[in-house]
This record gives sequence, C-alpha cells and structure tokens, in this order.
Amino acid sequence: MAGAAECGGGSVALVELSRVERDMEIAAIRRLLHDKLGAAVGVVEEGPHYESIRIDDDAVERAAMLLRDTPELRFDCLSNLSGCDYPGRGAIDIVYDLYSYEFDRSLVLRVSTRRGDPLVDSVERVWPAANWLEREVFDLLGVRFRGHSDLRRILLPEDWVGHPLRKDYVEPEQYHGISTVRESMLGIRSGS
Amino acid sequence: MSVEIEFTDDHGSAGGFATEEMTLNMGPQHPSTHGVLRFVVKADGEVMRRAVPDVGYLHRSIEKIAEKVGWHGFMPYTDRVDYVAAMTCNQAWAMAAESLGGVEVPRRAEYCRVIAAELGRICSHLLAFGAMGMDIGAFTPFTHAIREREMINDLLEELCGARLTFNYLRIGGVAWDLPPDYAHKVLRFLDRFIPLVDEFDDLLSNNKIYIERLADVAVISPEMAIAYNLVGPNLRASGVDYDLRRDRPYSVYPDFDFTVPVGKGTWGSVGDCWERYIVRLHEMRESAKIVRQALEGLPGGPVIAKVRRNFKPPAGEVHIRVETPRGDQSWYVVSDGSERPYRVHIRTGSFSAMSIIESLSNGLMIADLVALIASLDVVAPEVDR
Amino acid sequence: MSLVNSVPEMVLTTKVDQLLNWTRKSSLWYMLFGLACCAIELMQTGGPRADLDRFGMAPRATPRTSDLMIVAGTLTLKMALRTKLLYEQMPEPKYVVSMGSCSNCGGLFQLAYSVCDGVDKVIPVDVYVPGCPPRPEALTDGLILLQKKMSEEKWLVRPSAEEAALLS
Repeated sequence: MAGAAECGGGSVALVELSRVERDMEIAAIRRLLHDKLGAAVGVVEEGPHYESIRIDDDAVERAAMLLRDTPELRFDCLSNLSGCDYPGRGAIDIVYDLYSYEFDRSLVLRVSTRRGDPLVDSVERVWPAANWLEREVFDLLGVRFRGHSDLRRILLPEDWVGHPLRKDYVEPEQYHGISTVRESMLGIRSGS
Repeated sequence: MSVEIEFTDDHGSAGGFATEEMTLNMGPQHPSTHGVLRFVVKADGEVMRRAVPDVGYLHRSIEKIAEKVGWHGFMPYTDRVDYVAAMTCNQAWAMAAESLGGVEVPRRAEYCRVIAAELGRICSHLLAFGAMGMDIGAFTPFTHAIREREMINDLLEELCGARLTFNYLRIGGVAWDLPPDYAHKVLRFLDRFIPLVDEFDDLLSNNKIYIERLADVAVISPEMAIAYNLVGPNLRASGVDYDLRRDRPYSVYPDFDFTVPVGKGTWGSVGDCWERYIVRLHEMRESAKIVRQALEGLPGGPVIAKVRRNFKPPAGEVHIRVETPRGDQSWYVVSDGSERPYRVHIRTGSFSAMSIIESLSNGLMIADLVALIASLDVVAPEVDR
Repeated sequence: MSLVNSVPEMVLTTKVDQLLNWTRKSSLWYMLFGLACCAIELMQTGGPRADLDRFGMAPRATPRTSDLMIVAGTLTLKMALRTKLLYEQMPEPKYVVSMGSCSNCGGLFQLAYSVCDGVDKVIPVDVYVPGCPPRPEALTDGLILLQKKMSEEKWLVRPSAEEAALLS
C-alpha cells in the first residue's frame, strides 16, 4: 500500500488523456453516422462532462442499428435511457447512454422531440433492454415510441392521469377515494 | 394399473389428455417475490408459458422528489433507492454531485467510503444468500445469514448511527471519521466471518437438492445478458468478466488487489441460477479482502471537503456508473445551476434483471420462477424507485 | 352460534376471557407484508437475535391464516387498494401494526405523488411504531404493546353500543 497516497495526481492526467482520445472518437463516429444517414445526424454537442451526438427522432433506430452492428463500434449495450422535460424550449430530450463491452467505450445520443406530441423511434428491436426503459419514459414523461411492441404504463397504475416527471405536472388530490394530502405537523402541505 | 397420459399441444383436443392454459396471479404480496412484485403467470399445469412481471407497487417517485429537496437533502432518499445496499447508492449520488460541482474528495474520505460500501456489499449478499436458501426451501441458512448480518449492522451502526438507511456519505466526503479502534473491530469480525463463508458452502452451495433445483435452470447466455443490459453478479455469472470497480475504476478502487469472480458452469452451464448464486458468495470474500486492504492503507487527513451548505453546481449533466451489489447502477443527473437538481434518473440493476424474466419464463416450472427471481437478487425499490 | 354476549358477566366469564386472550396473544401469527425498507428490519426481527418466535409469533404467507398484519414500509397508492383487499381477507379478530414513518404518516415520502400518506387512511391501525426504519427492539416493543391491548379485551361480555358510548 506504500505510495498509494501519491497516485492521486497521476490518475487525473490519465483522465485528461482519455478525454482527448474520446473527442477524436466521437467525431469519427459522427462522421460514420452522417455518411449513412445524412442530415438526420446532427452536430456533436459539447458539454462540461461529456459530448453527445444529436439525432433526429425518426432516425434513432437506424442509427442504433448501425452503432450496434458496425464491427469497429459494436455498441452492444444500452446502458441507460432517460428523458428530461424542457418546457422552456418546448421539448423533451431523450438521452441514450450506450456502451460497448468489446471496446470499453461509451457514447451518448440525444434526441429532441416536441413536447406537445412527443414521438420517437423505438430502439427495442436493437436492444431488448429498451423495452422497459421506453415504457418507463412513456409512463413518467408521456413520450410515445414508434414501433414499441407493448407501450403501456409500467410503474404507475393503468388508470393514472398525467405524466409526473413533466415540469408542469399537477399532483392529484385523490386516487380512488384515498386523499393524497396529509396535513403535516411542520406546516408543510405534503405534495406541494 | 397404469394410466396412459398423452400430452397434446393444442388445448382441449379430442383423444389424449386435454390440458388448458390457466392464468395465475402471483403477488404483489407473496413471500418469495422479494418485496412487492407481481407476476401474471400463464401456465399449463406446472409448466409456465409466460410470466409477465407487473411492477410499480413500490414506486415512491424518488426521481421527482430529487427535484424538490435540493442536492444535500436528497442524500437520505438515495438510501431508499436500494435499502439493502444503501452505501453504494449514497456513493453514486455523492459522485454525481461532486462531478458536477467539481468537488475534490479527500483521500481518507474515499477510503472510508470504500470500507463502508464493501461492508454493505457483504451485508447485501448475505441477505441474497439467506433469502435464496429460504426460497428454495432451506430455512436454516437464512438464520445463519441474518446472524452475521446483525454483526455487520452493529459495525455500520457504530460508524454512522443507522442499521439500514445509513445516510453516511456527504457531498465532498463522509459524515464522520471512523470511530476509535474501528479497524480492530472490523478485522476481528472478518477473521470470524470468512471461515463461515466456507461453512455456507458446506451448508448450502454443494447440497445435492440445492444443486438439482438450480443447475441448468434459466440459463442466460452472455449475448442475451448484454442485450438485456444485465449487470453486476448476474452478468458475471453469464461469463462476462466485467466489474466497474476494476474496469472503469472510480473512487480509490485502483489501490486494491481483488479478483472478479465469474461464472464457470460448475454443476450446470454458465449463466444458470446456481452460478448467479455462487458468484455472490465469492464476492463476499473479495469484499472482505478490499476492506482489509483499505483498513491497512488508510491515509490520514480530513474526511470531508469544504462544500457550501447552499451547494449549487454549474449547469451540466453527468452519467455516473457505480458497481452496487446488484450491479452497475447508472445515474443520469442534470443540473441547471440552481440549488435543486433539474432531473435525476436512475437505471438500476434490478430493473434490467426484472425485464429479462418474461423472455426466460417460457418452459420453466412455476417453482423455477421463484428460483430465478431469487438468483437475480431483485429488490423491489430498485425496480420501482 | 357465537359465544359473544351469550352469557352474563361474572367472575367465570372474566376468567374465560383472560384465558382466551392469553392464548390468542401468545400465538400471534403475522402475515408477511414487507413493503419497503422496514421489511428488512422485520426480517431481522424474525431472525436469531430479536427472535419473534419467543412470543409465539410465526410468519404466514397468506392473510387467511394470519391474525396480524405488520405493514412494514411505504404504502403506495397502487398498493393501497390491494392492502385493503388483503385486510378484508383476514379472519376476525385481526390487528394491524403500522411499522415505520412511511406507513404511519408518509414519512420521508410525503413529498411523493404516488404514496399514500399513512396506512390508516385505508385500514384501521392498532399500534404505530415510529422510526425510519424502526429497530428490531422498537418493533418488539410495539408488538408487546399490542399484546397488552389484546389481553384487556372482552369477548364473552362486550359492552353494548350505548354502554360503550357512555364509557367513552
């Protein structure tokens, strides 16, 4: 264990190096997708912590198929699929966190869809893991997925009204006669 | 006297022995569903055609609460994402906030985190071991597991004051330093505990009935495991040698020397229920090794960095992946620069493990479903959040 | 035919009541109703250290054979409807222990949109055990309280509705 305390500085340099490599990779991946799918593939978006490739909502499945099946990429795992509501710009973003076990490489795809009528291609046929993840996004954010085999609520009861992770969601006063409000001793109204 | 029974595939056909597919409800209150999970089972006699999981009975809207309570205030809620292994969830949240806010964690704090997390991992695997035995029909291993779990609970209680929902980690470090003489107590426990793991092997792992119930049942191939995003011990049991602690190291895991147990197909095939069970048992030994090394190499210094009470990380988003006892937990956290997170999404190991059950269920016996759920070590709050 | 209220109150009936109560409180079978975090502490309470067996308590898998429902954990609205159903399936006399802050009042999850703030909104509760989660000792204490309550009940001679109103 001697010298364990000194290796902190070294690991930071290592992270910086892999970050540079990753930048080159993501540009190359974007070029590859752009060659096949054309204008549906948007720009590489810089973020403080990682970069992502923007894709049109009707090209996700084709892009996903390419990313999974291209021998140099082999993104065989959909690690995470999250949705996030941005009422300010009238959009819901779906973020795909892909991972390749073969090359130990991550990639983030980002799809924007209109908040009024959110509709995105399903990637269930590419990664079966997307089945439940897309159902969750449908349940909590109300995004519909084109081509999903079984799109219904997963966490909330079937007769629930609304999609709670939307920013303008109003919590219900009662559910089947059970009131959802309890006067708190601290004077904070629950559910507010 | 013998009766000839002819099985037919088409229901209620003339001649032969007419069979009918029936729909059974299992759960949400069921002793072997590990919390409130429900299955709608379509079965033909004892053989299942399909088991459709119905989850959400413990959906506590943790992700929405994150948007209400602020960065520090969300820490106790992360305990309840996976209450069987609360430390690792604490760690994921702390890492997400630190990564967004650019907080540097003192080295001693990282060591404290690792010690706590690995003790928590042993705790969690002990419960998986005990519950699995009980689900298969052996009650005694459960009492053994709970007895040892109480010992770790005592150790963790001494560390942070809670037995189950620890709330030990803080953004920037840990809440308290190790109590006096802690290393000695933990080492004394480990010296006693590790020989007991071998005893568990004698007691349960190599029991003939146990093997018959689990070997070659519900085999998951490595390709299928990756496609369904199975993670952690479930993935390793399928033969994929992958552990975030070693392959995408975070915290101070690179300092430690440990091996990653992988399914070998000892009694049946790689990826069967028995392999998923034994990988967890081996992981307890490895976690004990890590705890030992961490206690020996514990550096001095502070245990928490200076973090403002009104913590406001700059706008941005991160993906954090942490190896919990139920595998790679992936956190997607968005900050808009305010004092509350803008969005938190948690993809947990149990969630993906539940999603694979439906495609595995065809042809299994109903009793095998219980074995399958137990071997995947599904915990309801992790599925529902 | 029920024995309840069938004989006048006297020393004998009081003694028989005591005997009945003693037998019932000494074999409280509880339904496994672990909902969330508290379920783990409930399991540990049933484990070797706290050992519920010494009170004659045994876990049961079905409501039909249990006397006691320990609601251990957060009750979501989706589960609340089922909880009512399960409670109705239990045979009389039945008791409910609400274990932990969540089932007492919603606890930490009062802020949630999908959680029923307190199991007493759905079914009647006999004993509330505070804690998040309560330690095995706390739960044991709650169960001893319940036993005390049970040992004071009258079965052969119950006060009539008017008498009960007067008493309260």
